[in-house]
Amino acid sequence: MDNKIKMQARKVDFFYGKTQALKDVNIDIHTNKVTAMIGPSGCGKSTFIRLFNRMNELLPHTSFSGEIFLDGMEINRSSVDAVDIRRRVGMVFQKPNPFPKSIFENISYGLRVNGIKDRGFIEQRVEDSLRKAVIWDEVKDRLNDSALRLSGGQQQRLCIARCLAVENEVILFDEPCASLDPISTAKIEELILELKKDYSIVIVTHNMQQAARVSDYTGFFLLGELIEFGKTQDIFTAPRDKKTEDYITGRFG
Amino acid sequence: MERHFDTELADLKSDILQMGDLVEESIIDSVGALKDLNKGRAERVIVEDKTIDEYELKIDEECLDLLALRQPMAVDLRFITMAMKISTDLERMADLAVDISQRVLELADKAPLLKPLVDIPKLTLLAQRMTRDVIKSFISKDVELAKEVIFCDKEADRLRDCVQEELLNDYISKDKETISRAIPLILVARHLERICDHATNIAEDVIYMVEALVVKHHIEKLDQEG
Amino acid sequence: MKKHIVQNLGFLFIFLCLLTTLFFLGTIIYFVFTRGAQAISWDFLTKAPRNAMTEGGVAPVIVGTLYLTLGSMLFAVPLGLACAIYICEYSPKSLVVNIIRISINNLAGVPSVVFGLFGLAVFVNFLGFGVSIVSGSLSLGILALPLIISSSQEALVAVPHSIREASLSLGASKWETIKRIVLPTALPGILTGVILSVGRVAGETAPILFTAAAFYKRGYPRSIFSEVMALPYHIYALMTEGAHPDKQRVIAYGCSLVLLFLVLFISGFAIFLRQRQRSLHG
Repeated sequence: MDNKIKMQARKVDFFYGKTQALKDVNIDIHTNKVTAMIGPSGCGKSTFIRLFNRMNELLPHTSFSGEIFLDGMEINRSSVDAVDIRRRVGMVFQKPNPFPKSIFENISYGLRVNGIKDRGFIEQRVEDSLRKAVIWDEVKDRLNDSALRLSGGQQQRLCIARCLAVENEVILFDEPCASLDPISTAKIEELILELKKDYSIVIVTHNMQQAARVSDYTGFFLLGELIEFGKTQDIFTAPRDKKTEDYITGRFG
Repeated sequence: MERHFDTELADLKSDILQMGDLVEESIIDSVGALKDLNKGRAERVIVEDKTIDEYELKIDEECLDLLALRQPMAVDLRFITMAMKISTDLERMADLAVDISQRVLELADKAPLLKPLVDIPKLTLLAQRMTRDVIKSFISKDVELAKEVIFCDKEADRLRDCVQEELLNDYISKDKETISRAIPLILVARHLERICDHATNIAEDVIYMVEALVVKHHIEKLDQEG
Repeated sequence: MKKHIVQNLGFLFIFLCLLTTLFFLGTIIYFVFTRGAQAISWDFLTKAPRNAMTEGGVAPVIVGTLYLTLGSMLFAVPLGLACAIYICEYSPKSLVVNIIRISINNLAGVPSVVFGLFGLAVFVNFLGFGVSIVSGSLSLGILALPLIISSSQEALVAVPHSIREASLSLGASKWETIKRIVLPTALPGILTGVILSVGRVAGETAPILFTAAAFYKRGYPRSIFSEVMALPYHIYALMTEGAHPDKQRVIAYGCSLVLLFLVLFISGFAIFLRQRQRSLHG
């Protein structure tokens, strides 16, 4: 159980134009574990996790080399459809980004684009997803209201529910609490800990306490390099690398 | 980058040093009092213990504040948590010095001493040296010195056993009358050995603090490393 | 102290400028209203002209304007929207697209009479549609295209990148994302642009001058290939030709009033839509 690997990155390099954003990154993402990526702004951690669901290929003037594996399958092969990868590897973004549609439509969207039409099935899945994201009780009476009327924290949990509805296996969180208050943040963190029973989770965060609270493994990025990767308790009590230590104790400068 | 946090950590460190100095003094005074059964000196140790207790409370409070307010990580976290444990050990060492002083007061009432002291002064010197060294190792983050302290602990055990056996075999078992003057000496040896144990604990904490290596209950690991 | 005086003088100047503008706007409305109001009646709006356009109503003229406007939108909206989608969503930011974009903006600056001449040459003569609703609608449609393209472009660009990413991350294709997320979100903005161009098209005279407008025509248009009367040209015709300038002038002002209200109503609707969009996204 401890050693099952869900995703792997091997020798990953990434360029924005001529600027190298990632240098030879190798990492293992464990099944049913939370893996946190920490590091200063612009260190490449967000860029890195967007490779796991091939979101970066939408950006112009970028180049990528290396391999990313999902259950042992290289996801960038030409025979692999990015749409399939994104269905299996979901993403929750930095700012809550619900569609300007009703709560119900937000959740059912992923099912509809994946060709599911059975109304009863969709309704059941919407409820299940909202329950899993612990927002059902707050929205069950107003599923037809605009999602934009929800509070920021509720919107973010809605986005998580939207992601859960397509029944993916991996969820990538890109600074999911960056714009939330501490209470909403705590709810999202609880949710992440709950979700890891069924999913493999990667979370990018600027908040080191958050990484410490929710993750099992932590990777520290600096200037596009993965400086140190290990069990979270080791990274936060006894990092091996001086740069990691300087960063997490706030001596960085 | 100099952080305000660093000043707070430095304050904490200096408090531990001051407490360590006081504890070392107490140990020296208590065993010094034993040499010539000096009641006044022994009583001073007992009074001085209050100050040391206050230090322990103060250090604990500082550590709690820093943990709550600064949420320290890595080396800072290890330093603060170890500071809490070290202050507890130091306080226990001071209590043992008080215990020794009380034995001195008991013995002073039954003067003179049962026999000239041989092994107890050796144990005394050892306890003093371990205490001094362990505090030094804490200040200078000297892992080698801390390891030496840990190795000395076996010698302390041996000396305590010597004292105990000599008094049991040569005095108590031969003459039951000596029991009331022999027991306090045995207890002093035990107190001294306990002081050495606490010094060893601190030495282990120092090693963890510096190298993030747990040597507690794994002395064999130390042998391999060293 | 001096600063305050300079500042107050500045504000006073700006306020006077505002007053001047308001004065002209008020005058126009007052002018058109006082002269046109006497012409307005139920018959005026529902009956056809009589007695060489000196009596009766202007109903066929209003209907003609509506046909032309509707026709131009049927042509310009799908075309303009497709262009905007291509430019915004599909084309990479290349030199070619930049040139296209600049061309479209230049098209907006072309005088409207040139569209009329173009319509005459291409739709009326070359394609043989004759002077008809079709030719007029197409000419007006081309006039409206740049407006529709640029307003649609704005509306599409305003759709946050984050929700496109959200859609893609759920396994939607690019086309599904545009169809199900981007267009519905941009719709109010697109509609606003369309309605503003309707207002513009309804009031245009020059493009229909040679392509669609008839000086006088009995009854309502019967097919899309027939000539029509339209409000702007009707006003022009009433003021410049005919035997009874006094009677005709009253009708012309009545038409102006109808046109003014038509355009104001359409603009008002556009503003309403924009507000609604804002409240939806705010």
